[in-house]
This record gives sequence, structure tokens and C-alpha cells, in this order.
Amino acid sequence: MNLSLILLIPLVTALLVALARNAPQVRGISLVGTVVQLAGAIYLLLGFSGIRKAGNTSIVLFEQQYPIFPSIGINYHVGVDGISVAMILLTSLVVLAGVLISWKEERMTKEYYLLLLMLSLGAYGFFISLDLFILFFFLEIAVIPKYLLIGIWGSGKKEYSANKLALLLMFGSALVLVGLLGLYFNSKAPHSFDLLRLADTGFSTKQQLLFFPFLFLGFGIFTAIFPFHTWVPDGHSSAPTAGSMFLAGISMKLGGYGCLRIAVYLLPEGAKHYGDIIIVLSAIAILYGAFATLMQKDLKYMNAYSSISHCGFVLLGIGMLTKTAFNGAVLQMVSHGWMTALFFAVIGIIYERTHTRQIQEMGGLMKVMPFSMTVLFIAGLCSLGLPGLSGFVAEMTVFMGSWQNEGNFYRIATIIACMSIVVTAVYILRAIGQTAMGPLPARYSDLKDADWSERWATVVLIAGILTIGIAPAWLNDLIGPATEAIIKRIALK
Amino acid sequence: MSETINIALIVLIPLLGFVLMGLFGRRYIGRFAGAFGTLLTLITTLLAFYTAYRYFFVIGNSNGVYQAILPLRINWLEFSPGMSIDLGLLLDPISAMMLVVVTLVSLMVHVFSISYMKGEERYATYFSHLSLFTFSMLGLVLSSNIFQMYIFWELVGVSSFLLIGFYYDRPSAVAASKKAFIVTRFADLGFLIGILVLSFYSNTLDFATLIQRLTSAESNELKTAVSSSFLGISALTWGLVLVFIGGAGKSAMFPLHIWLPDAMEGPTPVSALIHAATMVVAGVYLVARLFPVFSVSPPALELVTYVGAFSSLFAAIIACTQTDIKRVLAYSTMSQIGYMMFALGVSGYGGEAGLGYTASMFHLFTHAMFKALLFLCAGAVIHYVHSNEMKDMGGLRKQMPITHASFLIGCLAIAGFPLLSGFFSKEEILLAAYQRNLLVYWMGWITSGITAFYMFRLYYSIFWNKEHQSIPHGHHKEGDFFMMAPLLILSIGAMGAGYIPFGHYVSSDGKTLETEFHINFALLPVAIALVGIAIATWFYKNPSKKPDAIATALSGLYRAAYRKFYIDELYLFVTKKILFNLIGRPAAWIDKNIVDGMVNLSGSATQKLSQTIKGWQSGKLQPYAIWFLAGVVALIFWLVYVQVL
Repeated sequence: MNLSLILLIPLVTALLVALARNAPQVRGISLVGTVVQLAGAIYLLLGFSGIRKAGNTSIVLFEQQYPIFPSIGINYHVGVDGISVAMILLTSLVVLAGVLISWKEERMTKEYYLLLLMLSLGAYGFFISLDLFILFFFLEIAVIPKYLLIGIWGSGKKEYSANKLALLLMFGSALVLVGLLGLYFNSKAPHSFDLLRLADTGFSTKQQLLFFPFLFLGFGIFTAIFPFHTWVPDGHSSAPTAGSMFLAGISMKLGGYGCLRIAVYLLPEGAKHYGDIIIVLSAIAILYGAFATLMQKDLKYMNAYSSISHCGFVLLGIGMLTKTAFNGAVLQMVSHGWMTALFFAVIGIIYERTHTRQIQEMGGLMKVMPFSMTVLFIAGLCSLGLPGLSGFVAEMTVFMGSWQNEGNFYRIATIIACMSIVVTAVYILRAIGQTAMGPLPARYSDLKDADWSERWATVVLIAGILTIGIAPAWLNDLIGPATEAIIKRIALK
Repeated sequence: MSETINIALIVLIPLLGFVLMGLFGRRYIGRFAGAFGTLLTLITTLLAFYTAYRYFFVIGNSNGVYQAILPLRINWLEFSPGMSIDLGLLLDPISAMMLVVVTLVSLMVHVFSISYMKGEERYATYFSHLSLFTFSMLGLVLSSNIFQMYIFWELVGVSSFLLIGFYYDRPSAVAASKKAFIVTRFADLGFLIGILVLSFYSNTLDFATLIQRLTSAESNELKTAVSSSFLGISALTWGLVLVFIGGAGKSAMFPLHIWLPDAMEGPTPVSALIHAATMVVAGVYLVARLFPVFSVSPPALELVTYVGAFSSLFAAIIACTQTDIKRVLAYSTMSQIGYMMFALGVSGYGGEAGLGYTASMFHLFTHAMFKALLFLCAGAVIHYVHSNEMKDMGGLRKQMPITHASFLIGCLAIAGFPLLSGFFSKEEILLAAYQRNLLVYWMGWITSGITAFYMFRLYYSIFWNKEHQSIPHGHHKEGDFFMMAPLLILSIGAMGAGYIPFGHYVSSDGKTLETEFHINFALLPVAIALVGIAIATWFYKNPSKKPDAIATALSGLYRAAYRKFYIDELYLFVTKKILFNLIGRPAAWIDKNIVDGMVNLSGSATQKLSQTIKGWQSGKLQPYAIWFLAGVVALIFWLVYVQVL
């Protein structure tokens, strides 16, 4: 298929939204557009798997290349491997759910939806780019709308949060840019930003050790690498519901993708050299994040902190440098993306009705909102890694992959990561127990359950979670060849 | 071929029930959910019995040895070559036996619940959760892959959570369900790491391959697993001990037992199914499943033995002091599971040495019958009295003759009264212990006496003793058909299950094990059981001051046992004080003030800096001239004095 369609769909949708006359039109167009996006993503998945099954083993498929600035080696070069396809699928589902959950947004509806579509455009562009310059361009597109989303439609101390998020992510981007320029100027003449060409260049050990930290840390900030994770709680909590869903569901995955697909792929020696540091930082993030989650009083803060802990698994999997662990990292990106989006969606549904996010003020909502509370259960159980839901598959793959490394250092890191599943159970059950169960306060006795748009928003995400949780093999097979290609480069050196 | 379809249906029908009743229960199935769920379970039960029959009598046995059969296997997820989760359905003697136990008890509980849960608002939800549990438990016992077992292990945990918390508007039920889930989750951490260790050395997740690679003397995998050690203990032992921690959590072994008594907050039929007959024996089943590997590691088996024996005695002592009838039964369950555990612990692999293994499985089987019976009787009593407390009961034998008779049968069976089922299985366990470990034998012997005592204390307190005025006379007393039929069927099981020649079917190596019955050996345990019954009769048959007098005389011990030896307080201390206050709170504080503080500091520092330097860009000529002049002076100064030197 023509890969540029993946960009064209949100672009056209955004244009039509800009031309729309009123809010219902805006919603309708956005919904149709995002459904088409999802269809496109599934079509891409099927096409990709078909070609792989037919025996095509090239690293990327559906390549397209047009020169932009040939003189300095910048091209529009796109193509996908299994990881990108998985990420596109992740994005399309979250975007669709985000559009649905925002159905009742009355303030500047058009601008709101435009920004959402911009974000999705940035994410898609990022995931399909093979030219690191345009990849960086799309990364920025995915950052800036968030500032506005939080600053305008947010709640609480939104200006502070928006500033903090934008500045920290910009800091990350700056590091990435330095790393990318470093690669560019050290590539074979004529210099190039092309991922595949850079991979063939072969950087010297010294260059790898110099540039790897820039790229990894830069992308890592997006994935809430410890100790640069504090934008996550404030940013998520102040953002409007769909904003939080995008932020945790997609933006944090931009970082994981960049770390694995660019930093580790291009600089395998750097990855090997700094692997242990990554493991230490991610093990800290996992357990420390989980314990910090334990003390949160606000549902959104709770889920934001738990995202730090869960994204730690992504970085842990990458730092472990085994194929299984890489697979686990990618699975966790997809799984966490959907799970956390679902969590934020249901928190939004609750907040909409109770006008509070304080866990202490909830109680017995199962009685009046059985549908929403069942969704909360499912999201929570996925978060604590219940089999049958995607979180289990992802975490277990990370654990199995991590355990393949011999040596007590890796073992202890893995056990620390495993320990988080108990802490996760504690905070999840605490939140669920307080929110859904227990006696129902009289003031909540006439709350209404989720309406159709909210129901569909959660149903599509649950469908994704269940698909991976019940039959994970297809996704594992999809990303297998891509992680294989990365691990081969590490083994070579 | 027919086995494949049968066994797949056995698992899939309850799953279907869960999905249908979960999605459409409230709106479309409503009050027919009971009948619907029961019908599905009945079909499952018939298929399971048929499959077990086929296995034991038609296809399982070849040349006098029961072979494991794997009618179905699906590759679910491949981690790396050789390491994959294959969802398989495994038939071997213990899984076939468990099929019978799980489906039978599940069916009885379904039937009982039709009437017990009548009028409940979430009637359909209840039955959908029961189906989920049945599905998960069947998946667990049929697992052919250690990771598959972990998957279903977690699923039974969550079904247990949902059912304990079924009355979710009661804070105590919510607390109990959370506690059950979290404590077992903590134990599951051990199971998970155990899986990682064992699979790392055996390079497989498949049970059969894993056992073969870790037991045969010439295998390299076993050699590495034994030779690599951590803190002086071999990797193999570590793996097994960790797996056993998982089993101990689920089976409520000391010190991971604290969730079980609280789990009684769930509806009573649920306690009968999950917390008496099936899920709580999963730990025993797990050890039995990996028994060949355990038998290679004596230290691991020793741990199993002592944890089992201690839990058995410990729980029996606590059971004597509890006043909530379900809690008494819960501690009694823990105590009986302790028997099963130490029976496995004292067993060897193969031949005569494997007596403990057979005895353990035998006791699991008989215990499922009489404990489910006792719980359902308790359910009938609670349904009538509307209380769990002994003090609200008494003299019920006249109002509830059938329940009374069934309960008596259950009590006699668990006490090891001659010729009832518990008698045979307990004798076998004690014999196995006697041959291997005398200390454990005597612990089991004493426990046996205490068991008889507290069971009859319970029996007399409910059905004899003082008669209550508050209980309405004349108004319908016994439950209806749906509640009585399961009692009758399980009573027959509790009486007759002991006559099954168990060693013929279930033994550690699949070969027939002839278990002889030694009359002189049986004398001692029977004697102590009778003594226990006699004391209970003397104390509790009629209202008397004797129990109080004893309690006062033993006040310290009594109070400690009544407070369950303060284990709960210990846990509370660890979680509240250490996890929350010593780790959680500082982590959150550090994050907010130090890590985030640095971020904010960098922000405010930047602001300060720009505040400071923005004055320099004033656009006024005079300051610029002064700065310029100052610069020139400084430059001259530098050139003249510094450069020259």
C-alpha cells in the first residue's frame, strides 16, 4: 500500500475539520476520519503480515522516497518495520477513542479536534519516517499541540504543567537533535539523515559512546526515564481527558520507539556500554514509581505515576539487550498505550460525574455506574498484569527476556521489576476498592452511567487489550523480525 | 480424537457461561441465570466424569502404568526458541481426579446457589463469576505448561477476588477480597521467579520436558541446576522453594494463610467451592505436579513437610477458639491442607516410598467431599439463622434434621471416625509420616485429636447446646430441594469416598500402589479422635461453664489463639508501617520535593538569571557607555598586569 496514506488521512481530516461549520460537523468528520485511520492501520497490518508471510525479509517494507533538500541530504523517506506497524495500530486506536471521549467538549471544539488530529499526524509521521530529519520534524509536531491542549483545555495548575511538560520535552528534543546532528556529520559523505544509510555507516566506538547518551536520554525523557519523569504526573493530571490519553498512550511511546529503533539500532556499541545504566534507571523507575503511586490521592496522579512504573518496563526491556526483552518492550508499549488510555478515559468519565478525582471521595460507584466500573476493573486488572489482558503478555515477555542474561546484576534487576507486580496490585485494588466498591454515598445515588460515545471509546480500547491478551502470538510475530534485526547488530559488534 | 473434543468442551463450556452471563446476564438472562449456569455445569460435569472414566479404565493405562495424555496443544506465545507458552490440556491421573473433584463440587455449589442466592440483585453476575472460576480452575488442573498453570493460577485468584467481594457494599468484604488477592499475589511473585529459575535451567516451560530434564540423573540441565548455587543453596532448590511459596500462598500455608479466614466474607457456597474444596488445594496440586522434581531436592521437600505440619497444628489450635462457624471451617481447611502438604513432603518417588503422594491426593479427594459438605451445611444454617456466630445458634437439630445429619457425617469424616472417608485417607497420611518422620507423625497425631475436638465443638454448638428462642419456630426450616440435594449427594461422597482403592489409580509413578490397611496402626489415631470427640461432648453438648473455665485457666494461650497468634497484626505492621510509611511516603516525598524540586529549581534559576541579565539590555546609552568603559579598563588592567607577568 501507499504508506503516505497514513499521513494523508489525518491531514485531510484536519483540513475538513478546519472547513467545518459547526461542532457536530467537526465531531462527525473527526470520527469518520479516525475510523478511516484505524481501517488504514489494520489494512497496513494485514498487508505487512501478508508480505512477511510470503517470505520477504527486508528490514522495512512499503518504502517511499522523495528528495526535499538533496543538497544537504534530507529526503522524505518513509517505510515501516513490524515495530512501526504495531505503533501505528496503537496510535490509530487511541486517537479514535480520544475523539469519542471528547464528544462533549464544548469549548472551541474545532480547535480542540484540530490539535488532536495534529498530534496524531505527528505520531504517525514519527513512526513511519526513515529520514531522521523529518522524524525530528514530526516529533516536534507531536509536542507543541500538547502545550496548547493543556494550557487551554486543561484543569488545575494548567499553565505550570503545560510549561513544565513543553520545556522538559523540548529539552529532550534538543538532546535528540544534538545526537542526530552528531550522527549526520559523522556519516559517510555525502552526509545523510537516512536511518538505513546511517546503519550501514558504522560509527566508531568513540562516536557511539559520545552520541548514544544524547539520543537515548533525549528519547528517554519522552518515556519518563528516571529522574526526568516529573513532567508526567503534572502534565497528565492537568490535561483534558483525551490529552492525557494521547500523552500517556502515544507520546510516551515516541520515546520508547526512538530509544529502541534509533538509539540502540544505530549505536549498538553505545547500547552495550550504557546498558547497565539503563537497567539501573529503569529498575528504579519501576519500583520507585510503583511506591510513589501507592501514596497518590488523585486518580489521575495515580495513573500517571503508574505510567512511570510501567514505562520503566519498556526501558528495562531495551536495556537488557536480548531479543525477547526487546519484544517485551514493544509489547509493553502497545499494551500500556491502550491500557493507560483506557484508564484515563474511565477516570474522565468518573470525573465528569462526580466532579472530583480524589480517591477518598469515591465509593460504591458500581451500583450506579456498572458499565464504567467494569471498565475500571478491566483497566486495573490489565495494569496489574492479569492473564487474558495485554499487560500480562508484555510484562512476562520482559521478565523472560531479562532472565536470559546471566549474572546477579541482571537477576536482581529482574526481581526488582517483578516485585512491582505486587505493589501494582496494592495500588490498583486500593483505587478500585475505594471507587467501585464499598457503600455508595448518597450524593452519588443518581449518577448516570457512561453514554454511547464514552462506551464506544472504552470498548475499542478493551478490544485491543483483549486481542493481545488472549492471542498475543500475532503481535509477537509481527515485531519479531524487527527486533531480530536490532539484536543482530548488537551481536555483531 | 473424542478426548480432544471432550476435554476442550470441559474447559470451554464454563468459559462460554461466563461470557454469556457476564455480557447479557443482567438484561436478558436475569433470574434464569441459576438454571442456565447449572445446566452448563451439569454438561461439563458429565463430560468430565466421562473423560475421567475413559482415562482411568479405557485409555490411560498401558502395561500397568498410567501415562500422561496430551489431547490438545496450542502454541500461544513463543518467548524464544524452546521457551514457549503452549496452552495444552493434559490428562494424567491427578488431573483426571481433579476434573472429577472440581466439576462435582462446582455442580453441587451451583445447585445449592440457585436457592441460596435467590433474590440477590446481582444473581446473574454471581453465576457468571462462578463460571469464570470453574473455567479457570479446570484450566489450572489441566495445564501442561508451567506458565499456563501460572496464567490460570492468576485467573482463579481474580475469580476468588470477585466472589469474596461479591457483597461489594460491605467494607469488610471489600477489605477481605483485597487482602486475599494481595497476599496471594505476593506469594505468586515467588511462583513467577521460581518459574524463571526452573525454566532457565531446563530451557523449557513444558511440564513433561521440564520434569524429564530436571530429574534424569544423566541430564546436563540437572547437573547445572544442582551445581550452580546462590547463598549456598542450589539453583534447583531455590526454584522449587520459590514455586512452593506460590503454592503456599494459594493453599493458605503458614505464614501466608491470613487471607483465608477473611475470605469467608464471600457467599457461603463460594467458600465451599473455592476456599474449601478446589482453589485452596491448588498449592498441593502444584507440588504434586512437580513432585518428581521436588523428590530430587530433599531440602525443598523438607520445607514442604515442616510448613505443612506446622500449619496443620497451628490452624487446628486457632480453630478451637473461633466463634464464627465459617472461620472455624476455614482454619480447619488450612489444617487439612497442611496434612496434604506434609504427606507430599514425607513421600518419595516411585514404588512403596510414594505412599505419601497417594495419601495426599487421596486426602485431597476425600477432603473436597466432606469439607464442601460442611460448608454447604453451614450455608444452610446461616441461611436459616442469618448469623455466622455460634452464640446465635444452638439446638437446631430438631428444626433442621437433614442438615444436622449431613453435618454430623461431615464431622465424623473429618475427625477420622472409622469407616468414613476421612478415616482412610488420614490413616494413610499418618502411616506415610510414621515411616519417614516421627516428629511429623506425632504432630499429625495431635492435630487429629484437636480436629475431632473443634469439629464437635462446632457441631454441638450449632445443633445441641442451648436452644434459641429468637429463632422462629414452625416457619420453614430446612432449605428447599436445591439446597438439600447437594447435601445428600456430598454426604454419600463423604461416607463412601474412602472405599476407592486410590493407590490403583493415583501414585507418584503411575504404577499401581497397593495400600494395605493396618488395623493396629489405626488404633492410635482413632483413639485420639475419640478422645477429642468425648471432650467436646462433655464441654459443649449441654450448656455449661466448663469451656469458659478452661478459657480463663489458659487465658494467655487462649487469647493468643483467639487473636490468631497476632499474625494479622504483624502483617498490618509490615504493610502500614513499613511499606506505606517507610517506603511509599518517602518515595512520594522525594519525588515531589527532590526530583521535581530539581526540575523546578532549574526553571526558577533560569528565570532568576534572565531577570538579572535582562536589565543589561536596557537600550539606554549611558549604561552601555559605562560598561564599555569598564570593559576597556579591565582589559587594560589585564594586559598590563596579568599578561606581563
